Amino acid sequence: MEFDAKIPAGPLTDKWDRHRFELKLVNPANKRKFDIIVVGTGLAGASASASLAELGYHVKTFCIQDSPRRAHSIAAQGGINAAKNYTNEGDSIWRLFYDTVKGGDFRAREANVYRLAQLSNHIIDHCVAQGIPFARDYGGLLANRSFGGSQVSRTFYARGQTGQQLLLGAYSALMRQIGAGSVELFPRREMLDLVIVNGQARGIVVRNLISGALESHAADAVVLSSGGYGNVYYLSTNAESSNVGAIFRAYRRGAMFANPCFTQIHPTCIPHTGDHQSKLTLMSESLRNDGRVWVPRQPGDIREPQDIPEEDRDYYLEQKYPSFGNLVPRDVASRAAKAQCDAGKGVGLTRCAVYLDFADAISRDGKDIIAKKYGNLFDMYELITDDSPYQKPMMIYPASHYTMGGLWVDYNLMSTIPGLFVLGEANFSDHGANRLGASALMQGLADGYFIIPYTIGGYFAGTALSMVSAEHAAFKGAVREAAESSAKLMSIRGKRTVDSFARELGQIMWNYCGMSRNEAGLKKAIQLIKDLRAEFWENVLVPGTDKEYNKSLEKAGRQADSLEFAELMILDALERTESCGGHFREESQTAEGEAKRDDENFSHVSVWKYEGYGKQPEFHKEPLVFENVVLSQRSYK
Amino acid sequence: MKKLAKTINVTLKVWRQRGAEDKGRFDTIAAKNISVHMSFIEMLDTVNEQLTLDGKDPIAFDNDCREGICGTCGAVVDGQAHGPQKATTLCQLHMRKFSDGDTIVVEPFRARAFKVVKDLVVDRSVFDKIIQAGGYISVNTGGAPDGNAIPVSQEIAEKAMDAAACIGCGACVAACPSASAMLFVSGKISQLALLPQGKPEAAMRALSMVRVMDSCGFGNCSNHRECENACPKSLSIVNIARLNREYFKASFFSDEI
Repeated sequence: MEFDAKIPAGPLTDKWDRHRFELKLVNPANKRKFDIIVVGTGLAGASASASLAELGYHVKTFCIQDSPRRAHSIAAQGGINAAKNYTNEGDSIWRLFYDTVKGGDFRAREANVYRLAQLSNHIIDHCVAQGIPFARDYGGLLANRSFGGSQVSRTFYARGQTGQQLLLGAYSALMRQIGAGSVELFPRREMLDLVIVNGQARGIVVRNLISGALESHAADAVVLSSGGYGNVYYLSTNAESSNVGAIFRAYRRGAMFANPCFTQIHPTCIPHTGDHQSKLTLMSESLRNDGRVWVPRQPGDIREPQDIPEEDRDYYLEQKYPSFGNLVPRDVASRAAKAQCDAGKGVGLTRCAVYLDFADAISRDGKDIIAKKYGNLFDMYELITDDSPYQKPMMIYPASHYTMGGLWVDYNLMSTIPGLFVLGEANFSDHGANRLGASALMQGLADGYFIIPYTIGGYFAGTALSMVSAEHAAFKGAVREAAESSAKLMSIRGKRTVDSFARELGQIMWNYCGMSRNEAGLKKAIQLIKDLRAEFWENVLVPGTDKEYNKSLEKAGRQADSLEFAELMILDALERTESCGGHFREESQTAEGEAKRDDENFSHVSVWKYEGYGKQPEFHKEPLVFENVVLSQRSYK
Repeated sequence: MKKLAKTINVTLKVWRQRGAEDKGRFDTIAAKNISVHMSFIEMLDTVNEQLTLDGKDPIAFDNDCREGICGTCGAVVDGQAHGPQKATTLCQLHMRKFSDGDTIVVEPFRARAFKVVKDLVVDRSVFDKIIQAGGYISVNTGGAPDGNAIPVSQEIAEKAMDAAACIGCGACVAACPSASAMLFVSGKISQLALLPQGKPEAAMRALSMVRVMDSCGFGNCSNHRECENACPKSLSIVNIARLNREYFKASFFSDEI
C-alpha cells in the first residue's frame, strides 16, 4: 500500500503557507450546515471544539469526565515551548524544528515538525490574549526557562501548572461557545465505536456513563482527541480514565495505527510504595534544572542520604554526560536510572529509586528562590511521601508518561478513514520516537487551534457527503455490537476483578516492552498476553448491570481493549530491531551501551492495519525522507 | 522498611445512595490491612476490590488524575471536605493521617446545586454553566497580538495565578454553611479582572456570572471562611472581596445590565 502523507511540495519553510492557500475554503454561510463531532476535551479537543465553533461549524463535543475542564492535559506541569527567542539566545523556528526532529531521533516527518515550530509562536500569543497567567519577568514581559535537554530557554510556564492553565484557557473558549449555542456538550460519555458510512467517518456510538444508555451521534466528520495509551502499563502518570479505547476502536474500524511501540518513560516520578499503588505521580522534569541526580557509589549502601559523604556519591549523569549532565533527554535519564537500580544502587524502600538532590541549589540560590521555582512541586512531593525535598533529596524513578505512537494521520491530520481526524497525543505525528519536554502542550494546541480549523474545511469543500442520520443501519449495527460486548462482559461473573487483570498486564508490558526490549522478552510477552486475555474472557468479575452507573463495567471494556492493543505494541516493538528514541532495543547498542539507530533499515513510520480479532495485522511502512536535517547519532556527552 | 510494613484497620461509615431520587443511608464497611502509604482513594479501591469479590456493590466515587489537579475527586471525610489535611485533595490525603481503629465517616459533597448521582458521586455541572456565563475572555483564535505586546507586572501576574489555581472541585460549596459558590466564582472573576486582557469585559463578566450563580441555587457568602479552609489550592477569600468590588463597580458604574 502506498501512503500519501499529502506533504505539500516546495521548500520546507513555505509548505504550510502554500498548503493553506491550496486548501479549499468553505463558504462562511455554509459552515453552520456541517456537524463535527469532537471526542475528548484536553488541549487538542477543547481548542479544536472552540476554534471550529468560532468559525461557524456546529460542534458536538464529548468527554469522559464530568466536565471538560478535567481532561488529563490539566496535569502537565512544566511548560510549553515556543520559538519566540525572547531571551536573545539565538532561538528560531528553524532551531525549534531541528531540536524537535533530533529529539524525536529522526523518526518524525520534517514537514509536520516544521509547521509545529511555526505555530508555536501563535499559541503563546493566543494564550496570553485568553488571560493565561504565564510567569513574568520584573519588567512585565513573559519569562522563559530551559527545559528537558534544550540549550536555549524557550519554555513558557505558569508555575508548575502550565497544563492546567492552558487547558482552562481552552476550556474557557469552549465554554464561551457552549454558552453561545455553537457547541453541544456531552459529558460523562465514553466512545464505544466509530460509525462509517460509504467509507467515511460519520459518527460515533457512546455510552452514557450515568445511565448506561448507548447513544448514537451522526456528523459530517469525527475528530478524535482522546489522548494516549500509557495506562497499558497500569502504573503510569496518566489519569484513571485515560485509555486507548477510542483510538483502538477506530483502528478496528480501519484507521491504521502508527508506531504503537513508541512510548515515553518519564525519568522523574515518585517511586511506588507497594502493590496498592494505583498511579505514579510525575515530578516535573524542570526539577532537573536545579536538582542533581545521584546514587550511592557502593551497591547496597543503606545509609540515609545525609549520612553519605560526597566521595561516596555517584552523580552518574554528570559523570557520563558532561555537557548535558542532569538535563539529558528523558529516555537517557530513565534508562540510566534503571541501570543504577539494576546494579543494586537503588535507594528508598523498594530500592527502585535514585536521588534528585537540591541541597547545592538551595545553598547557591537560597531557599526562597528554589521555593519560588518549585514550591508547589515540593509541596506535592511532601504530601505524597511525607518527606520534604528542602531537607532530604527527592527520590525519583521512571514511569510511563506519554505515547508518541497513535493513529496514523496525513499532513491534514486525517487518518486513513476519510473524515476521521486525529489530534494531540492520540495521533502519531510530531514527536517521532521520543517527545521533548514542553512539546506535548505545543502539539495539542497547534493541532486544535491552528491546523484542524483549516484542514477540515479543505475536506468538506472537496468531499461529497450524503445525508446520514443516527437512524442509519450502520449506527444500529454498532449499537448492537456494543450492547453485545457489554452483555458478554457482564455475563462472565468470574473470580477476578478487572483491576487485577490491569495490574498483571501492566507488569508484563513494563517488564518486556518498557524502557528496554529484546526479542526473547517480547516473544514471551505475546504469549503471556494471549494467556491473560483468554483468562480475562473466562474469569473476569463485573458486578452490577449495564443499565446504570457502573465503573467496573467501564474499566472492563477498557481492559478488553488494552489486552488486544498490548499485543499490537509488542508486534511493533518486535519488528523494529533498532534502538531509537524511547525505544531501546537491547540487540542494537553501541560498544558503550548507548542506543544505536539503524537509519538504513528503519527510517520509516511503522503502520499497522487491523485484519480481524486474533489475526496478524497487516504491516506497512511510510518512508521518512530527510531533506533539511542531517541525521546524526544523538550524543549528549 | 518499617514505614512500608505499617498497616491499619479502619471502619468506614460511608454514604450509599442509588441515585438522586433515593433517600440514601450510611453503610458500615470494614477496611482491613490498609497500608499507611495508600491514598484515601487507593484505600477505597482496596475496599471496592473486596466488595466486588464478596458480590457486593462497590462504592461509587469520582476520581481521575490522582495527583490533586483535575478536581474530580472529593468527599466529606469526618465532616471536612477532602478530609482533615489542609490544602489537600482527597486523592492526595494519605492513610498515614489516620490511626488504627479509627471510624471514618465519608459523605458526598452536599449542596442543593449538587445532586447526588450515586453514593459519593455528585453532579457539579452547574460550575460549567457559571463559566459559560462569562468565565472567559472573548478572543477568537487567530487575531492575538504578540505575547509581549502588553506587559503585565509580576505582582499582578502572580495574583492572577493565585486566583487561577482553582481546580473546580466544589469543596468550597460543600464546606460553606450556606452552600455558596462565591470562592469558585471569585477565582475566575479575579484572575480575569486583574489582567489587562480581561478588563474590557470585566463588568459584563461579574454581572453575568453572579446572575447565573444565583440562579443555580447556591447561597450567599456569609464570611465563615470555611471555603478558604477547605480549598485544596488555598484560594483566598481576598478573591471574594475582589468579586464583590467588581460586582458593585459593574452594578453602579457600568452600562451593563
